[in-house]
Amino acid sequence: MSNFFSALGDIFTNESMYRNTMIVAVVLMFAASGELVAEKAGTINISLEGMMLAGAYAAAVGQARGGAWGGLAMAALAGLLVAAIQANMSHRLSADQFVVGLVLNVLVLGIVGFLVGSNEPESHVVKRFEIPGLSKIPLIGPALFDAPWVLYVVYPVVPAIWFLLYRTRWGLEVRAIGEDPNASDVSGLSVNKLRRQTIYLTGMLAGVGGGYFLYARSPLFEDSLIGGRGYIAIAAVIFGGWTLKGTVAGCVIFGLVSSFVLTIPGLGYKAIDTAFLAMAPNLVTIVVMLLFAKRVRQPAALARPFLRGLK
Amino acid sequence: MSETAVFESEVVPENVPGERSKAASALEVLALYAICLFGALALAALLVEFGSDKGSWTSVYTVILDGAIRRPGRWGLTLGITAPILLVGLGTTVSGRAGLVNIGQEGQLVVGAGFACYVGVRIGGPGPIAIVVALACGIIGGAIWAGIAGALRFWRNVPEVLTTLLMGIVASNLVGWGLRNRFLLLAPPEGRANRNQVSLPLAKSHRIPRVELFGNEFPISIVLAVGLAIVVWLVLGRTVVGFRLRMLGRNARTARRAGVNQKRYGIGAMLVSGGFAGLAGAVMLAGGDFGDYQLVADFGAGIGFAGLLAALVARQRALVLIFVAFLFAGLRSGSGFLRATGVSARIADVVQGTLVLSMLLPPAILYLRARRRAIAATSART
Repeated sequence: MSNFFSALGDIFTNESMYRNTMIVAVVLMFAASGELVAEKAGTINISLEGMMLAGAYAAAVGQARGGAWGGLAMAALAGLLVAAIQANMSHRLSADQFVVGLVLNVLVLGIVGFLVGSNEPESHVVKRFEIPGLSKIPLIGPALFDAPWVLYVVYPVVPAIWFLLYRTRWGLEVRAIGEDPNASDVSGLSVNKLRRQTIYLTGMLAGVGGGYFLYARSPLFEDSLIGGRGYIAIAAVIFGGWTLKGTVAGCVIFGLVSSFVLTIPGLGYKAIDTAFLAMAPNLVTIVVMLLFAKRVRQPAALARPFLRGLK
Repeated sequence: MSETAVFESEVVPENVPGERSKAASALEVLALYAICLFGALALAALLVEFGSDKGSWTSVYTVILDGAIRRPGRWGLTLGITAPILLVGLGTTVSGRAGLVNIGQEGQLVVGAGFACYVGVRIGGPGPIAIVVALACGIIGGAIWAGIAGALRFWRNVPEVLTTLLMGIVASNLVGWGLRNRFLLLAPPEGRANRNQVSLPLAKSHRIPRVELFGNEFPISIVLAVGLAIVVWLVLGRTVVGFRLRMLGRNARTARRAGVNQKRYGIGAMLVSGGFAGLAGAVMLAGGDFGDYQLVADFGAGIGFAGLLAALVARQRALVLIFVAFLFAGLRSGSGFLRATGVSARIADVVQGTLVLSMLLPPAILYLRARRRAIAATSART
């Protein structure tokens, strides 16, 4: 037993563990904060995964032409493109949002896989940028403040989402259509238009998240780069009980769990088979949803399409 | 799945002034589908032309067609691939009719194949019985895997969209772990090829018999799959159980008031859905066409996803599904020849994806138009 605790101690005093946590947590934050807005408006946006992958690929292509900033802009555009299909099919033609999202994920994976197979993009990890002073905080300092500079993009994004959702008229309208679309419609809000806008926002954020992940983590683009993290980001929103604070906390916890996958074998502990470490983030996600899904109140119209005169 | 699944006949009131004749609207529907179909194929063709510097779109489509049916012996392979896709799709049809979104078929299929393999290489006895037992184990494996998600959905209100998918990723890790351990699935080291993660192959007598027809060889599991499609069609359309399932999917509140036990029917639908996916995995293992009657890493090979997409295109109609499954199987067997043209075989996935996406359009458009007409008609009357 003391072995176990010393192992835990080793893991939690390991600086690179926190670095890995942060790298995954931030990609989840980009995607999940956008997803939160979409879910507040009443859409479960399954195509998050596809948006992130499209963003990552566009970032890989864009970096060669326009540097990392150009790459991020391309990533946002690619995410927006996927979002445009999702939004218009599910909230203009009222096709089933899960079906559209799922098909988009498959399609983006196919297209990206095809394009990578034809001509592989070259990309490289961006430089670390150290924020003096703050990066000297023990353990978590380097993870938070001596990171690839694209990570810092997330720091203004999260408060901006909070401001947008809770302090603007648009945010109020978004939350209203997620709770009672019929009442909102009667009071003059354009429900489906607002829902489309939230999905556009999600697409851009998720695209940037995908681009960030490529720059921060892997110099080589592979079509398995995102590997299901889009679904984990959706779970983080549920974990957070549809609040921004909770969602961010969920992202950090899921980031922590997936960083164990890298850290534990790296520290020389071989007792756990890698298969179990690899499935750990998914299992933890399921267990967490099992514990929390019933305790929190979801937006009342979540996952219900809106058509005038249809309850 | 949602309100979009409502048939247009239900919302169009009769005697709407200005409604065109049935024949003309059938032609319109056909034209709409044709436009969307061509749009999908053209989009994929554009990608081949501009996305890669090798191959042209005509050669890609010719090669796919050759590999799927035209070359000798190919349609037998296509039929062999159709069987699991159809089975997965049938399960999806059942859960979809009950209003549940199961998207973890890939994992349920792999678990089913794992169960079937574990039992199939261990039991003796006469061949036919052993095959049936192995297939039954596949069904049980898949049903357990989907049942967990179903139970979470109805007891803890956890969205099944996410749990089925996450459980799918867990499943492939779990079976991968089984393939690294002798006491589960891994074959003993002697007599094994240098690939390290494979199971023992099924004994000759434990394989699904294959028949030969006009130079094409295929397992008889395709007959089983088509038979089950007819069963699913009958049960869903012609029995009380099927009616209750559909009611649950269309309007859960009405179903509850009419006395449908939501938990029982919902979890039941998930079990059936997973069972079909598990059966598909077992059929892949015991039927040939997918490796050498043995389990390997990444055994699912995207068949679960193909089955799910096929069910989406068929819009939960079991008999239509037979043809869609054959089409998707053809795309898969046809893409086997693509390497010769230098175009990445992933183009088959793209064609499949654009096809599915475009097939979502016509029903949505028709539904919206029917609604608009209905609203116009009611407001004209009042």
